[in-house]
Amino acid sequence: MSATSAEALVDYDDAVARYQPVLGLEVHVELNTASKMFCGCSTTFGAEPNTQVCPTCLGLPGSLPVVNHDAVESAIRMGLALNCDIAPWGRFARKNYFYPDMPKDYQISQYDEPLCVDGWLDVTVPGIDGAESTVVRVGIERVHMEEDTGKLTHAGGATGRIHGADYSLVDYNRAGVPLIEIVTKPVTGTGALAPEVAKAYVTELRELMRALGVSDVRMEQGSLRCDANVSIAPADAVEWGTRTETKNVNSLRSVERAVRYEIRRQAGVLDAGGTITQETRHFHEDDGTTTPGRSKETAEDYRYFPDPDLVPVAPALDYVERLRTTMPESPAVRRERLRAEWGLSEFDMASVINAGALDLVVATIAEGADHAGARKWWLGELAREANERGVGLADLPVTPADVAAVESMVGAGRLNDKLARQVFAGLLAGEGSPEEIIAARGLEVVSDEGVLVAAVDDVIAANPDVAQKIRDGKVAAAGALIGQVMKATKGKADAGRVRELILERLEA
Amino acid sequence: MPHEPLTPADVAHLAHLARINLPADSLGHYADQLDAILDAVSRVAEVAAEEVPPMSHPQDIANVTRADVVVEGLTRDDALAAAPAVEDDRFRVPRILEDAE
Repeated sequence: MSATSAEALVDYDDAVARYQPVLGLEVHVELNTASKMFCGCSTTFGAEPNTQVCPTCLGLPGSLPVVNHDAVESAIRMGLALNCDIAPWGRFARKNYFYPDMPKDYQISQYDEPLCVDGWLDVTVPGIDGAESTVVRVGIERVHMEEDTGKLTHAGGATGRIHGADYSLVDYNRAGVPLIEIVTKPVTGTGALAPEVAKAYVTELRELMRALGVSDVRMEQGSLRCDANVSIAPADAVEWGTRTETKNVNSLRSVERAVRYEIRRQAGVLDAGGTITQETRHFHEDDGTTTPGRSKETAEDYRYFPDPDLVPVAPALDYVERLRTTMPESPAVRRERLRAEWGLSEFDMASVINAGALDLVVATIAEGADHAGARKWWLGELAREANERGVGLADLPVTPADVAAVESMVGAGRLNDKLARQVFAGLLAGEGSPEEIIAARGLEVVSDEGVLVAAVDDVIAANPDVAQKIRDGKVAAAGALIGQVMKATKGKADAGRVRELILERLEA
Repeated sequence: MPHEPLTPADVAHLAHLARINLPADSLGHYADQLDAILDAVSRVAEVAAEEVPPMSHPQDIANVTRADVVVEGLTRDDALAAAPAVEDDRFRVPRILEDAE
């Protein structure tokens, strides 16, 4: 479906030198409630098709929706975290459309009475090549509640896409899972940074939702989905250009790529004297392009009206204020606090964050490690392994408690770094707890003083010349003997203690 | 509050949105009927004073919620029992989009 050949793309730097982009981002996030928005069906991801359904989410006659208390609470807390006003009264509306992903032929959403309005979120765009980072304030237009749709599988045809499909199969497990939709105000003045701002915004939203504990935000499972509105206008223009909406951009990297592509494509259209069509477009992960979606029905007519099956949501002021007191520290404030506590540079802190290691390091410290030790293993050995496996650090079979245990053994001299690495290899291979691995692999540092002394004496006896140099005061020569003792003990000696013993025996 | 009379084109648009197949020669007929309904409903607006808030529910209540507790739903067999067609434990539905022109 790539249309690259038909599109004259303008070089990105050239495009943003001559055109000003304006962004608008709509992010849908599945809340992590146990049950659905309007019925008691489970929301667990990955269940067998159509096993988490009931008369309400299947839209069967006679069923009635009832609002999930915790979903409303999560939406309010998200609104508060985004510095929004919480509406004192609002209704759900029916968004009517004919598409089999919703069995009722409408989706329950909020239309002109959203729960949260008029907020903002500061996002940090990292500097490139050591340049200073930039903070951009993204205005929030609204946060509203709605229900997710079912999942379609298109069958027949060559591509597995809806076009050319002979028929489709529907799984309604996801239909009715609570969603919040977060809509930004137009983001202007970002210039060349627009794609990075879009990515940084979605990243920060994800951090915020994790901190609030309102969503698992697993983009690979589709629990966070982004639609990116992009328009461009000549740098000196007063009015904005016509926008396109690229749907379902489902990874952080894709958000950035999709915005960048649209800026280049639209610049090409305008350069050629054309006009931008206001339309929905699809993003293609494989080549980073966008192509037009359904063109005939661009002006959707959803005939919204208040859902008569549901009563209004009217959060009392004291309830909202009580929720405000439960708000956790914001991710940005927390990052800065930890950075100060640990005494790290912005660059070192960015390494921890970019590795996705922040929460793991914090948890490891809570298990008794110091931050340097915790960072050393998560950003070194373990980050390398996660990279090789193509998974996140948290998905490795190593816990913060494991890292803290190994680090404390290193601190106590029971393990040296080389042995510690072997313990991690055992943990990664699923060989059990650190203690079990040490026992099974025989990794413990030789702490039996008698054995060490014997090994030291053997090495001294075998190297009389070196021993004499040390006796004469050339302490640096001890390195050669330490190496031989380590070899004799198969790397299991504590090098510091070996050095002490050598100097002791030679009375250096 | 008088409203603009519906045209046959309005009715055709509404019929399309509702996926109702209306013969072209019936559009004027339905336009008249819908106009009569809109006239009747718009009389409500004449008595609705400023201080009467619009309501969408017969009872003046708010905040009816349920606890976030999982309740056993239908078995898959029951859920699919009335489906016109089933394949791979999913509802089978006809082609959604016509072939691109």
